[in-house]
Amino acid sequence: MQTQKSYSIHFIVLLLLLAVAFLLNVSLGSVSIPFNEVISGLFGGETSKSSWQFIIFDYRLPKAITAILAGGGLAVSGLLMQTLFRNPLAGPFVLGLSSGASLGVAFLILGAGIFGGALGGLLLSSWSLVIASALGSFLVLLAVLSVSFKVKDTMTLLIIGLMFGSVTAAIVSVLSYFSNAEQLQQFVFWSFGTLGNVSWQGIFILFLCVIFGLLLSFISIKPLNALLLGENYAKSMGINIKKTTLLIILATSLLAGSITAFAGPIAFVGLAVPHLTRQYFTTSNHLILLPAVVISGAILMLICDTVAQLPFTEYTLPINAITSLLGAPVVIWLLVRKRKLLF
Amino acid sequence: MTSEKKHSVLEVSELAIGYISKKKSTIISEGINFSINKGELVGLVGTNGIGKSTLLRSLAGMQPSLQGSISINGNLLQDTSAFQLANKLSIVLTETPASKNLSVLELVSLGRHPYTNWVGALSETDKNIIQNAISATEIESLVTKKCYELSDGQLQKVMIARALAQDTPLILLDEPTTHLDLYHRASVLKLLKKLSQENGKTILFSTHEIDLAIQLSDKMIVMTKEDTHYNSPTELINRGCLRYLFPKETIYFDEESKRFVMKN
Repeated sequence: MQTQKSYSIHFIVLLLLLAVAFLLNVSLGSVSIPFNEVISGLFGGETSKSSWQFIIFDYRLPKAITAILAGGGLAVSGLLMQTLFRNPLAGPFVLGLSSGASLGVAFLILGAGIFGGALGGLLLSSWSLVIASALGSFLVLLAVLSVSFKVKDTMTLLIIGLMFGSVTAAIVSVLSYFSNAEQLQQFVFWSFGTLGNVSWQGIFILFLCVIFGLLLSFISIKPLNALLLGENYAKSMGINIKKTTLLIILATSLLAGSITAFAGPIAFVGLAVPHLTRQYFTTSNHLILLPAVVISGAILMLICDTVAQLPFTEYTLPINAITSLLGAPVVIWLLVRKRKLLF
Repeated sequence: MTSEKKHSVLEVSELAIGYISKKKSTIISEGINFSINKGELVGLVGTNGIGKSTLLRSLAGMQPSLQGSISINGNLLQDTSAFQLANKLSIVLTETPASKNLSVLELVSLGRHPYTNWVGALSETDKNIIQNAISATEIESLVTKKCYELSDGQLQKVMIARALAQDTPLILLDEPTTHLDLYHRASVLKLLKKLSQENGKTILFSTHEIDLAIQLSDKMIVMTKEDTHYNSPTELINRGCLRYLFPKETIYFDEESKRFVMKN
């Protein structure tokens, strides 16, 4: 796809913003650590207090990396869904993907009690959380997609996505009803969403999932561009629609599923970031949009996490609440300003 | 004229078109025969619902045909892969692009898809072909515009430019003149005439502009309930094929003025 201009300056600006957001995120927290100490701590130098070293390496750094992976991955899954469904309102949360992932996790955490303690403990490893969550979102996406072949109207599709969301939420309620307080608490905390509880091992798993999801997205760049014209035109240009759809679904459920497993359901990043990126990069070319959306998603997530952290206080707000508080007004602002969301 | 046999780009014999569902197949039209040569402009006319779009969709491989054969450049359509077909045939549909956020240049350059690498990088040759398609359709002033800023007539020309950039010997267009005023209808059809004469493209378009199609087309396909006729416009008029295109109570074809006239 030929674009009017080169976007290298845009990318430099984004990368600088990412660096700033990253440093801001690592230097702010409940414990106040001077900025130069954070920098020297990050680059392997000594910090004045050994506890600071611990805070930076075992808490703040993993949290920042999780934010980058989660933000970038969710934003890409939103972009993929908007192009696949050719609907500007599509996103992992709106189409019930996140609730599908919740259902998978609910079955795992709450079902563990029903299937007995020993088996439950075995089930609750990081990998099983990822698999359950990715499987949940994959199944919901398949269901939405199979309906989308029958229902061509995109508005109907969104409503059906919302209905799937309600159904999964209802099943989660039923499961909660039958589980004990401890498991329920575990699930509720997971559903608040948090970036801070991921271990280095968990980050490694998340990293693998996100990188693989991004790889799948990058090899779909060309068919994604063709899909901007609609399915019939894409077919007439030799694009294999079935293969492309499968690749995009795999990428989306891997990204949304694994991120939801570790960080809980996070709303609005997937929906809002692609639109914000399109405002800045005035192109529809996925070759440019895809990397731009990854970086923008990471920036937004780092900012949201910094806010959620409530710097210099002992409190941490649920990240899901912050992304909604920031994301919903952005979508409303876009709708009011442009009168119509375009993708 | 050269003595060698004319090269047939699109050949259709005993074709039946319609829809296949699990329970039954519905035939919309059958016994369709025609053979279109290189560089010919062919208008496809018929009343609403007679199967013009279905015929075009069947020819483009977008839906299976029920009987008979379609061959493009001498190769049977069913033996041609989607990728091979993309090098032979490009389409302009009634549907508008799904994303209105595409710029004109982006949209036209998408036509190079069958020829580019896995990320769609464009070579100098690709860029030249895109430029040629843009100048042939006279949309140079629009290249930086987004699709949502275009009028219907402009968008139609942009979609034709995309098909040109795909650089296929055969172009199929489904009602390229709908929603356009008389001036733009005429200018789109004149553009098609120019592309067939100067660029040697073989073009098949369906239309309700029968008067304009009679004036511009080299050949015409006339679809009626009973039969499908294929010939030059003059020959079709002489044989009275256009006379029964529409129910004769309301409108009739005046063979002298080559126009449809309201019945008083």
